[in-house]
Amino acid sequence: MFEILSYGDLGFGDELLAGTLLTLQLALASLLVGIVLGLITAAAKLSRYRFYRVIAQLYTEVVRGIPEMLVVLVVFFGASALLQTVAGWFDYTDYIEVNAFVAGVFALGLVFGAFSSEVFRGAFLAVPRGQLEAATACGMTPWQVFSRIRLPQMWRFAIPGLGNLWMVLIKDTSLISIIALDELLRWSKVAAETTKQPFTFYIAAALIYLVLTMLSDWGRHYFENRANRGVVSG
Amino acid sequence: MTKPAAISINDLHKTFGDNEVLRGVSLNAQQGDVVSILGSSGSGKSTMLRCINMLEIPSAGSISIYGETLELRHNRHGELEPVDHKQIARIRASLSMVFQSFNLWSHMTIIENIIEAPVHVLKKTKAEAIEQARELMQKVGISDKANAYPGELSGGQQQRVAIARALAMEPQAMLFDEPTSALDPELVNEVLQVMRQLAEEGRTMIVVTHEMGFAREVSDQVIFLHEGQIEEQGAPQQVFNQPKSERFKQFLSSGL
Repeated sequence: MFEILSYGDLGFGDELLAGTLLTLQLALASLLVGIVLGLITAAAKLSRYRFYRVIAQLYTEVVRGIPEMLVVLVVFFGASALLQTVAGWFDYTDYIEVNAFVAGVFALGLVFGAFSSEVFRGAFLAVPRGQLEAATACGMTPWQVFSRIRLPQMWRFAIPGLGNLWMVLIKDTSLISIIALDELLRWSKVAAETTKQPFTFYIAAALIYLVLTMLSDWGRHYFENRANRGVVSG
Repeated sequence: MTKPAAISINDLHKTFGDNEVLRGVSLNAQQGDVVSILGSSGSGKSTMLRCINMLEIPSAGSISIYGETLELRHNRHGELEPVDHKQIARIRASLSMVFQSFNLWSHMTIIENIIEAPVHVLKKTKAEAIEQARELMQKVGISDKANAYPGELSGGQQQRVAIARALAMEPQAMLFDEPTSALDPELVNEVLQVMRQLAEEGRTMIVVTHEMGFAREVSDQVIFLHEGQIEEQGAPQQVFNQPKSERFKQFLSSGL
């Protein structure tokens, strides 16, 4: 059993490691895209212009209402069809394949953005109003009030919720295996089918996901403490 | 020629929905005056103060700060709105405000709180702002707390920091919105002492307060608001010793 999990030509240890690394890259890149999307969407939801609020709400409702796996498929095949059409206008008719990693990051980023926008919206509203007023009363511009007072304090309210979404995101990376990206779950499946020992490999994959999420929880603690600097609890 | 009033409010009205909170109040404060605004809760005294630096936009009336009138225009809903946000920001920077609940920025240390606006609004250098902040912290008696966070300080200490933060803007006038109302009784005096000191230095101050002793001893002018109107106005000796308004007599005898 240990032979097939070993590192090198005989076992699948190196493949699983490569898959784990790709899973991590996928998750981190999606996190980045998702946070940017989530912040923009939250800002739009809090805008005084109805137009931005409606667009933001529509995006959240649609993406949250569709199974993640479908979002991945729609983005992957949709992007490919879109590119093909655009290329067609320029008389380019060869088959264009969308990079699975980019499509995966975009799809997971869309999902993370939709969910995190609610976390961010609540966090922005949780920053005490009086502190924003004090900043306004000093003659700060609205942008200064936002970037110097509201944004830095928002994190302490957002991090617990973001930590949860990040765990979901790590596990959702496994959905990207359906568009043939060689992340952890796909390598486990390949190994399981090759060796005819599915239980061993799926348990190994499960343990690796578990380690990742446990490490994440530890990281969340660190960021939570940092964001809570200066705030006396109780 | 008389110089313009430091703060001049003329026939100010403010309505929230159907609720008319201010029904035409006027006020003239000269340079160096301390004006105390008294009144029971809901009388509109905080709203009046907040209109002076446009934290609330008045529904009607005019406000001038050192001869400069705040420019307001009617928007398409018929409400007033500022014409020039730069003017508002400039006037706000010259009128520091101290709040009932301190409103220190909780993610910044004490010294960071004090230098924040001088650096980012007045565009002072950090070194300059820090030097000034150290002097101010000494003045209000919190020199040893430079690197503490607001949450680690008592209410009285926090309010003194808030006063230092307000002074760091080198304001032409200071607005105090019930600065001692959120404090435990034994902490009230340390804040009032700092405020008395500021008054002695000849600073222009508008103070919404429940502290009758402070109003009587320190102010040049006392205003008593009731249901959005001025019931009693004048020098402290006059209004406290010979109040004309029945309501003000009641107010004085009821509480304190």
